[in-house]
Amino acid sequence: MAQTTNERYRVTPVRSKKRSWPFPLNIYQTAVGRKWVMALTGIGLIGFVLIHMIGNLHVYEGPARMHEYAESLRTLASGIVPKGFILWLLRFGLLVMFGLHLHSAITLKNFSGHSSNTATLVGGAKKYEGGRDHIAAGYASRTMRWTGPIIALFLFYHLADLTWGWWLGDDFVPGDPYHNVSESLSSLPVAILYIVANVALAMHIFHGAWSMFQSLGVNNPKYNHLRRGLATALAGVILVGNLSFPIFAQTGLINEDNRECPASEINVVECLAEQAEGH
Amino acid sequence: MSTGNAEIINVTIKVWRQNGPSDDGHFETYDQAITTDASFLEMLDLLNDSLNEQGLEPIAFESDCREGICGTCGVMINGRAHGPQKATATCQLHMREFQDGDEIVVEPFRAAGFPVIRDLAVDRSPLDRIIEAGGYISVNTGAASDANLTPVPKDAADQAFDAAACIGCGACVAACPNSAAQLFTSAKIGHLALLPQGQAERWSRTEEMVEVMEEFFGSCTNHGECHEACPKEISLDFIAFMNRDYVKAKIKNRALSGQA
Repeated sequence: MAQTTNERYRVTPVRSKKRSWPFPLNIYQTAVGRKWVMALTGIGLIGFVLIHMIGNLHVYEGPARMHEYAESLRTLASGIVPKGFILWLLRFGLLVMFGLHLHSAITLKNFSGHSSNTATLVGGAKKYEGGRDHIAAGYASRTMRWTGPIIALFLFYHLADLTWGWWLGDDFVPGDPYHNVSESLSSLPVAILYIVANVALAMHIFHGAWSMFQSLGVNNPKYNHLRRGLATALAGVILVGNLSFPIFAQTGLINEDNRECPASEINVVECLAEQAEGH
Repeated sequence: MSTGNAEIINVTIKVWRQNGPSDDGHFETYDQAITTDASFLEMLDLLNDSLNEQGLEPIAFESDCREGICGTCGVMINGRAHGPQKATATCQLHMREFQDGDEIVVEPFRAAGFPVIRDLAVDRSPLDRIIEAGGYISVNTGAASDANLTPVPKDAADQAFDAAACIGCGACVAACPNSAAQLFTSAKIGHLALLPQGQAERWSRTEEMVEVMEEFFGSCTNHGECHEACPKEISLDFIAFMNRDYVKAKIKNRALSGQA
């Protein structure tokens, strides 16, 4: 018998090679390349989350400083470019990064789902009928496909809450972020929502910030032991900073009493600007 | 062959039975008395003997060398690829790892790229497709060159040797929640990419092996389950090495073909 291959058992590929896009877009056609995109956009998004958290710490300096900080974001490089230009540029960049991060995540989840058995669990993870024992895969890494959507939904809520002011209605005062934060987070259900979402975010970063080194092949046995620590520190700092806002709004450290510029006044924004100037 | 402290234990084997690739498959339960000196596969052999005596169909499973170097054996035992003992292939697992009265769940390695042939035997030929795509070096025929003619740095030789320890058993794919074959492929790529002999085909090899891998297997999400399941403890560092080399290869292969 010269032919030993049993045709019946030859395994057909799960997917066939597609026509190649022009370089460098063809890198995005592969799962390894898509993980690069996920890692690179992840770095950008972690950077945003970190800066966003640090910037928001201005809330502890009071309404005037918070207003000044918010205003300074709009007037970034305003001597050279029109007011709000840099902010919109940053927003556009974030939107692109978020879109790519999301697109690569969803397509890779399906990619893995097709490569597992037809009997897959929700989230694309495959199933062993007799159950399975995870050893290395931690809670954070296995729940990336849950924490991700939670963060996306929260992001929408958060924008509608404090950028567009949908839920606060007439209580939303554009230009007085201190008031809006205090007003929104003083409600217990909202504070709980922020806490849950930020725990999900920290867990996502805990795995993501480690995983990106592997995806990008940033690997050196000399420094590899630092990667876990860096991811833990990043997730920890972001978690503590972000959780402080709903917690302190609930305990009353962020409050609307004793304001020099009451948010109910018509000219509150001018008042805040003058007050910030005066300091 | 008794070591003196061997004992006879009674275990319940809950094993996956599947009568061919298109059968749905189900678990069946058998009781087996076995000496703790027996290997796991010897236990299955004895179980098959008694099934034969009863006129029942024996359990199909694969094995060859039974000394942990060929990569033929491999089943999920209690939810772990190759069972509970670390850095051990199924054939090297012994019954002393189990207690009297244990129920042991035995399942085939599962992935869309590993269709079940029968019972515990799966078709792992997609791993061969990956090797065919570039897991070799091309050597011209002619007079054999002098041994040790090509100097290899000690560190590179050590690392390449670690990667070459991969026996291609498929436990990494089985253990991976995404059914990704990154550990296998990266070990094969890393093994050759570290050595001077592998340089000529380094970039075409990396690109082609990764792309064939992706025709069959899932996407790595860096869980690390593969490393834990690996009987040869291949490091995750090889996956990072492959990820880096793959994007480099995409750029370099363009340059090599005169496009950049």
